[in-house]
Amino acid sequence: MKEEILEILMGMHPEVDFETEDSLIDSRVLDSFDIVSLVGELTERFDIEIGPEELTPENFNSIDAIVELVGKLSEG
Amino acid sequence: MIQKNITEYLIRQAEGHHDKTAYADETVSLSYGELYEESCRIGTAISKYADRLSNMKACPVVVFMEKSPHTLACFFGSLLSGNFYVPVDENMPEERIRLILDNLSPSLIISDEKNMDKIGSVAGDIPIVTHKEASGCAADEGYLKKVEEVSIDTDPAYVIYTSGSTGTPKGVAVSHRSLIDYADHFSAAAGFRFDDVVASQAPFHFDASLIDIYCTLCTGCTMVIVPIRLFSLPVKLLEFLEEKQVTLIRWVPSALNIVATFKALKVIRPGYLREIIFGAESMPAKCFNYWRSYYPDAVFMQIYGPTEITGICTYYIVDRDFADDEVIPIGRAIANSSVFLLDDEDRLITPQQVGVKGEICIKGSCLALGYYNAPELTDKSFTQDPLNKNYPEKIYRSGDLASYNERGELVFSSRKDFQIKHMGHRIELGEIEAAACAVEGIKAAVCLFDDKKNKIIMAYVSDTDDTAGIIRTLQKRLPRYMIPNIMKQLESMPLTSGGKADRQRLKAMFIEG
Repeated sequence: MKEEILEILMGMHPEVDFETEDSLIDSRVLDSFDIVSLVGELTERFDIEIGPEELTPENFNSIDAIVELVGKLSEG
Repeated sequence: MIQKNITEYLIRQAEGHHDKTAYADETVSLSYGELYEESCRIGTAISKYADRLSNMKACPVVVFMEKSPHTLACFFGSLLSGNFYVPVDENMPEERIRLILDNLSPSLIISDEKNMDKIGSVAGDIPIVTHKEASGCAADEGYLKKVEEVSIDTDPAYVIYTSGSTGTPKGVAVSHRSLIDYADHFSAAAGFRFDDVVASQAPFHFDASLIDIYCTLCTGCTMVIVPIRLFSLPVKLLEFLEEKQVTLIRWVPSALNIVATFKALKVIRPGYLREIIFGAESMPAKCFNYWRSYYPDAVFMQIYGPTEITGICTYYIVDRDFADDEVIPIGRAIANSSVFLLDDEDRLITPQQVGVKGEICIKGSCLALGYYNAPELTDKSFTQDPLNKNYPEKIYRSGDLASYNERGELVFSSRKDFQIKHMGHRIELGEIEAAACAVEGIKAAVCLFDDKKNKIIMAYVSDTDDTAGIIRTLQKRLPRYMIPNIMKQLESMPLTSGGKADRQRLKAMFIEG
């Protein structure tokens, strides 16, 4: 799953090192357009629903946090 | 007496409502009185570098700071010193800042401590002071009074840089007269109130922020700056509006769309909001309908106006329902401006010619003075009204195509050229192409815009497949919103029979599938 999410993120920002970046929202690496694209892709690829309450820095600041969120929503 | 300087509003509010909050962000809040006093101190500091009394003209003061109430004190300080301000995006790549400074030759740069190193590395001999230093200067009221006497309402108030098709940004200079007219007429048209709380989204280097700054100032209401990271977090964004008791927003549709896309209003519906103004790019009716379903009694207003027109020149207050696939009109001309359509042969298209497309042309005191240090470009864009052969009268040809509907309202259709609106910003695709062609290894580049997905696609011919490297190079030259979202490497560029890049074929390949 992580590889797939990494692929989506790299498609948006090939210049960013997503393995180490842990402030994707707070440092505005991902802006509002990226978030819309990312959530759209995640919803489609993993067949999950991401509600507005889930859009928090804690869930999107790093690739590990995104992986954890997708994992949690996939189980539910 | 007729007002001649936009800062007369500031003086009036400081006298009448000294302690009322004027502008605030997460950490700073300035009352009208505090703002005026800080602006006078900064204005006095500026006069050491740009003395209006001996210069006999207004000079440019670059403000290179994070968006904050103090940034506005620098703007007003520039104006009180009889000069004009130039807000430059502090996130802009250094190469682009250099182009702006070369065009402008400013008398002074004011920066905050955070951005000093960045501006210092490109400023060369231009003097730089920090906001802290400038605001620590003692105000010389006698000097500022003399400046007030000699300044005239045709002095520039600001220069804002916008994308240029040849690869160099162009600076639009706007006078006090235009700005005063705009603040007066628009705040009346939109019904700004003294007790309004305005939540500001647009960056100050983007002319969409003029409403926030100047309608607040002339009405005496309060403006709060929305932290930019909240535009990626829709629920937190709405919580902010509720907490600050925001009554009015003027946002680009992309910002409103974040809330609509994630259906965030079902989680929290800010209760004080009474007016929603949008413009700078097309508002999808679907997004409008989403907001309206939560705010059936609020005022919704669509506005239109290129940077070359002070703020806006047309508006439409939504007075009926729109299906999701309908286009919301841009409405009618604002007071004291004339907006009309001309066909390809410069014939007037009348409102009775429903559906006939023409170029939107504008005249009136809302017109900018022209482009800074670019007389030829100014003459090309601001031309004699072809319908008036009797006396000199300039019009601005917008390059935007529109038609009238059966109600006589203007409806935006498309561009005549390759200019696009992306994330609310005006972008010349030619500027991205010029920057791309300067990257080593790129032989040809064409940019397309997929307006359905809101993405810039760059098709390019290159020996290298190092997409990340190309993007990194573009990031040194272009602002973030101009970086292509999708890169397509080609073996060769498809050409038309005339030898130009075949945009239609590229569009079919990458957009229409």
